[in-house]
Amino acid sequence: MFHNLRQLVRYRALIQSLVTRELKARYRGSVLGFFWSFINPLLLLAVYSFVFVVVLPGTHPPELEPYALFMFCGILPWTWFSSSLTEAANSLMAGGNLIKKVLFPAEILPIVAVLSNMVHFFFGLPILFVFLLWFRSTISVTEILWLPVVVAVQLLFTLGLSLLLAALTVHFRDIKDILSNLLTLWFFATPIIYPMHLAPGTMSKAVLNANPFSHLAVSYQEILFYEGPFGHWKWLMAVAAGSVLLFLFGYFLFDRLRDSFAEEV
Amino acid sequence: MSSPPLAIHAVDITKVYRRFAHKRQFATLKSAILRGSLVRDLRPEETFRALDGVSFDVEAGKTYGIIGRNGSGKSTMLKCVAGIAKPTTGTITVNGRISALIELGAGFHPEITGRENVFINGIMLGLSKAEIERRFDEIVEFAELAPFIDAPVKTYSSGMYMRLGFAVAVHVDPDVLLVDEVLAVGDEGFAHKCLDKFAEFRRRGKTILLVTHSLGLVERFCDEALWLDKGKARAVGLPKRVIDAYVTEVEESEEVFLAAEDSRNRVRVDLGAGSSVPSPADGVAEDGVTAGNVEAPADMFKAEAGRWGSGDVEISKVDLVGPDGLPGHVFHSGEPMTIRLQLKAKTPVKDFVFGIGLFNADGVCIYGTNTNIEEMSPQELSGDGEVGFVIEELALTEGTYKLDLAVHKLDGYPYDYHRQLYTFRVKSPIKDVGFFRPRHSWTFSPAVRMTQLQGPEGWRPHMKDDEPTA
Repeated sequence: MFHNLRQLVRYRALIQSLVTRELKARYRGSVLGFFWSFINPLLLLAVYSFVFVVVLPGTHPPELEPYALFMFCGILPWTWFSSSLTEAANSLMAGGNLIKKVLFPAEILPIVAVLSNMVHFFFGLPILFVFLLWFRSTISVTEILWLPVVVAVQLLFTLGLSLLLAALTVHFRDIKDILSNLLTLWFFATPIIYPMHLAPGTMSKAVLNANPFSHLAVSYQEILFYEGPFGHWKWLMAVAAGSVLLFLFGYFLFDRLRDSFAEEV
Repeated sequence: MSSPPLAIHAVDITKVYRRFAHKRQFATLKSAILRGSLVRDLRPEETFRALDGVSFDVEAGKTYGIIGRNGSGKSTMLKCVAGIAKPTTGTITVNGRISALIELGAGFHPEITGRENVFINGIMLGLSKAEIERRFDEIVEFAELAPFIDAPVKTYSSGMYMRLGFAVAVHVDPDVLLVDEVLAVGDEGFAHKCLDKFAEFRRRGKTILLVTHSLGLVERFCDEALWLDKGKARAVGLPKRVIDAYVTEVEESEEVFLAAEDSRNRVRVDLGAGSSVPSPADGVAEDGVTAGNVEAPADMFKAEAGRWGSGDVEISKVDLVGPDGLPGHVFHSGEPMTIRLQLKAKTPVKDFVFGIGLFNADGVCIYGTNTNIEEMSPQELSGDGEVGFVIEELALTEGTYKLDLAVHKLDGYPYDYHRQLYTFRVKSPIKDVGFFRPRHSWTFSPAVRMTQLQGPEGWRPHMKDDEPTA
């Protein structure tokens, strides 16, 4: 397993060109091309602004203004996370031709799915920054330095889960169908369109705390949206440790099932 | 004693595939959890041995051919060597960089340009970016795609797609090249280029493992051949010898197939018959001439397989006998063949004619004759008898042929008419066209220089080299 993991480094040129291909192919033929990477998050921001500012104005605590921006801090990483999982789960089937006909380390496929979505996430960040600068008076540099750490933790967490799902989906195609519903449930069980402290009762607090993505979302919110020092780092470190384990487990399972892919896909 | 270095060393390779039983198709995660059979379902229930204990070695620099019928495990073997599939048991060692031509352009993405695809495909096959840059022009030139290289691959024709895939794969410059039946790429000119490329590989001392149905290619190119049959190695050795063994076996199984088809035909005709000589057959009935047992179809040249006649004289058994004296269904062009009829006459008859018609697979009559045409006068036929139609030399090209056999009165009234109930196949080492091959030879004046290549044995057209040169 660790041997294969090391091998992966040798394939970084391939991963890189596949991610580029993915990005190029996605917007090939559309008029606006790469601009969609910017426009999509903007439109998303507009939709949420409309719903929570115009349609449901009184539903959020008044200290969270602008509320749309608060949500955007969580939605942007969530979009990366959820589309990565959806694409990764399907990646081995979609790339079946490669697995069956070319000598090819299969884990590259889910990894490419995660990385190309990460690039989209990065395209969305400048928009977020522009609006933050507009609305926030001060941004502390030490807080911003935490951002790459949060991104790294999320990357590891997403990779681990993606490898796990990709390997299992080959054997159980059902995962593909149930995944989108599970992700919707997960979205609402994560403090993205509501703040963590609004959760009523100890029961729901426990659920939110047990959800690793809660801590990622809260970290983004604390760093980007709230003023004041980043106080959630202990939780973040716990999630980081868990993500390492998850990644190792995901990779282990993927490695164990590797030989079955060429036959089952 | 030191042996030459091995490029591929495969020991006792067995590959077991799981075969999906019908009920397994609906066993999904949900049902697996509900029935608590998650672990059990991941284990194979019904298995299929694609390869069964195959061992072979390929010396470095040799060209090695694998032949066999469909489903014999050839491609599985190649995938195991390529490392795409993992053998269930056994080990394969391959020395050097492998490039597998299993499916051309397998990694192409339709939306991006040929240029970008060349780079990605090259990297997938193990080249570095710099290496691809260096070979890029050569690849494009080889694929003959210079004007289209910046167009998206989805706009390519299938031939262009294959050519580009082939060009990238052969420019990987592998030590071991695995080829799976991909030489049928592009037009005649490109096919030649591919063969030239292979020849170049051989000259440069590269190892080639070739899986193909083209026996000629194996005979011409390979140093050694392996015949796989139902996952087992049937023969290994000199290509010529392995191919001969294979061809003989294929003929034998064709023989079984034709025999089965013939008897099926006859069973079909016999169905619904009270008498031993039933009629009319299905095909005849459609022609609308169904008056009793005796009538022949209106259009003798269109009727389908069938049997009709009064049954006063019955053709009870038909054998096609080859030069070995044994009945069979597969014969070789140029060899003798005898059609032997067993007859049963219920009552002695004095008015009878034996006829024979030879048809090609499309039902076109190639030859027909009878004893009346050939001016033989019938005297008497009673009890059991036997008639032989002796063909001294089957002057037919390769193909499938059908026979009409009949015994009837001089005025055409049929006793027993067998329409296209007997099928035989003619094999030939030379692939001339048409149906009829007159025994022939070529002569050349001294100004025309020509040499006879060594070819398969048996009678074949040839040059008259003993011709006086005057």
